[in-house]
Amino acid sequence: MAHGGGGSLMHQLIDGMFRHAFDNPLLNAGHDGAVFDVDPARVALTTDSYVVRPLFFPGGDIGTLAVNGTVNDLAMCGARPQYLTLGLILEEGLKMETLWRVVQSIQDAAEAAGVRIVTGDTKVVDRGKGDGIYINTSGVGVLAHDGEIGPSRIRPDDAILLSGDVGRHGIAIMAVREGLEFESEIESDCAPVAGPVMNLLEAGIEIHSLRDLTRGGLAAALVEHAHSARFPLLFEEAAVPVREDVQSACEMLGLDPLYVANEGRFIAFVPESQADKALEILRAHPVSGGAVRIGAVQDGDRAVVRMQSRIGAVRIVDLLSGEQLPRIC
Amino acid sequence: MKYLDEYRDAEGARRVAQAISKIATRPWTLMEICGGQTHAILRFGIDELLPDSIELVHGPGCPVCVTPVELIDKALTLASDSGLIFCTFGDMLRVPGSRGDLRQVKAEGGDVRIVYSPLDAVRLATEHPDRQVIFFGVGFETTAPAVAMAVVQAKRHGLTNFTVLICHVLVPPAIETLLSSPDNRVQGFLAAGHVCTVMGYTEYEPIAKRYGVPIVVTGFEPLDILQGVYLCVKQLEEGRAEVENAYRRAVQREGNQPARELLLEVFEVVPRKWRGVGAIPRSGLGLREAYASFDAEKRFGLEAAGVEESSECISGEVLRGIKKPHECPAFGVRCTPDHPLGAPMVSSEGACAAYFRYRAESG
Repeated sequence: MAHGGGGSLMHQLIDGMFRHAFDNPLLNAGHDGAVFDVDPARVALTTDSYVVRPLFFPGGDIGTLAVNGTVNDLAMCGARPQYLTLGLILEEGLKMETLWRVVQSIQDAAEAAGVRIVTGDTKVVDRGKGDGIYINTSGVGVLAHDGEIGPSRIRPDDAILLSGDVGRHGIAIMAVREGLEFESEIESDCAPVAGPVMNLLEAGIEIHSLRDLTRGGLAAALVEHAHSARFPLLFEEAAVPVREDVQSACEMLGLDPLYVANEGRFIAFVPESQADKALEILRAHPVSGGAVRIGAVQDGDRAVVRMQSRIGAVRIVDLLSGEQLPRIC
Repeated sequence: MKYLDEYRDAEGARRVAQAISKIATRPWTLMEICGGQTHAILRFGIDELLPDSIELVHGPGCPVCVTPVELIDKALTLASDSGLIFCTFGDMLRVPGSRGDLRQVKAEGGDVRIVYSPLDAVRLATEHPDRQVIFFGVGFETTAPAVAMAVVQAKRHGLTNFTVLICHVLVPPAIETLLSSPDNRVQGFLAAGHVCTVMGYTEYEPIAKRYGVPIVVTGFEPLDILQGVYLCVKQLEEGRAEVENAYRRAVQREGNQPARELLLEVFEVVPRKWRGVGAIPRSGLGLREAYASFDAEKRFGLEAAGVEESSECISGEVLRGIKKPHECPAFGVRCTPDHPLGAPMVSSEGACAAYFRYRAESG
């Protein structure tokens, strides 16, 4: 592949593959950047880079991740995702059909999330200097409400809602990476979650905070909230849904599903008075059909997360020092 | 999930805890041998369900914690060699040697790979005939059969590029060392269910008799551990000192015969130094002469260097059940999982790691 040098091959790649796949007027303008109006004036802007091995895994690939990850970060700000940029770093020797599969996934995921890819960039690095494809996406979303959403807004008695079962993405990736085979294939939960968030906002739910449960999983999201808001949080272990196959994999590997990454799950802090209604709205949307209430913000000044274990005792949940490592025995 | 949910049942746990309260008429100190049990106790809060009179102290059954620092240093030396592939179980990665850990070596370019089974390392050796592949064979009687199997397979395939850096240790000699120590206060033991799955429990019968202590073979789920405590307390209250099996769904008295035969074929009993505890005679496994060519220490001629442990770390007393992790002045202050002074703070079976993760309210 000699497509990174800015010559005719590069143009072929852009015209033949990217413009064809992401076809829209802003991109087709072929300018150095995309120019667009934003209405109303409040926007959210985010960026994220995606490096994943393997590039393809059950339930998604690096392309779906690159769209959904950024879309979900915008959704966590309470914004409706609208535009994405797409930066690709390709390793020399990457097969064209592999790139095409990823590009198609990006387009499918963008369509499903209701966003457009409006500008992009491609670089090619020498063979051995990359893992096939690295992707960076930035996203712009608009806010249709005046409320602030963030950890500083959470209050004692707020209900903590979880949008579905946890642990699937991390285990799906690990199973492929390590060649682990289970009775059934575990698929990543990778999905755009802007839909249910918009539904909550449109129904007038006063969302205090949102967080997607990516690296560090549910535990990290809760601990970060406790630390930022300086309130104790309490949740019930038994209330957190974990699919049986994911649980078995975690038991075998000595991993705690609370810390395993997800790509289509989030937590929402809402006033207790609106918790039932919010749950009903979440459950009506396919990506959050398994939503549950797992706990509540407590009164107090200890910035800790406590968990009631399955046998009824209460213990601390804290951040891990690094990633979880499989155990000896 | 079958075989799991029924052993994590809140109502069942309360019932057994009540039964323990009913029979306990005086204070008793019990030790769970295995670090996996220690973690389950803290993770589920099992100790909180017990009456105050029953104290659980935590034993030396964390293979990562008792691997001597000299051997970690040897692992670091080997793993730093650019030509080698160094394979290890995941939780050895963060264990501090006298100069860093395997994670740092990996970051500096060493080819350190986490494997799930020693057989994966044999496969790597087959795939890379031009490179030496070393497996870090750490663990109790639980992991030793898999390492033995790896060595047998390597020999069968005629591999000359596969070796094992061995630090296998045995549970019964450690129990005897604890019991014969003058500062021992343990009155009954919960033996490690998975060790007994392999070895059975006949080895524990003379120990129970000689030292007059009950030993109860115990599993790892909350109800398993509570059941183990119940049987142990019952023996103490009745003045009995026997070996009982509270983990019948996995353990038979004679253990797993094929696994034991494999161990006998490949390994012989050797003296071993335990980090924090000291040298214990006949407490480890080493390769027999017929398999000596698979011994990484012999193949690479590694010299043991005397190494100083952190003087502030009390892991020796923690591993012998004399002190609890939070009684260490460095705990959570100068010793954390990010900056460990000793191995029990980073091992997934280490008592210090369990206290830090489940009990330390740092917020």
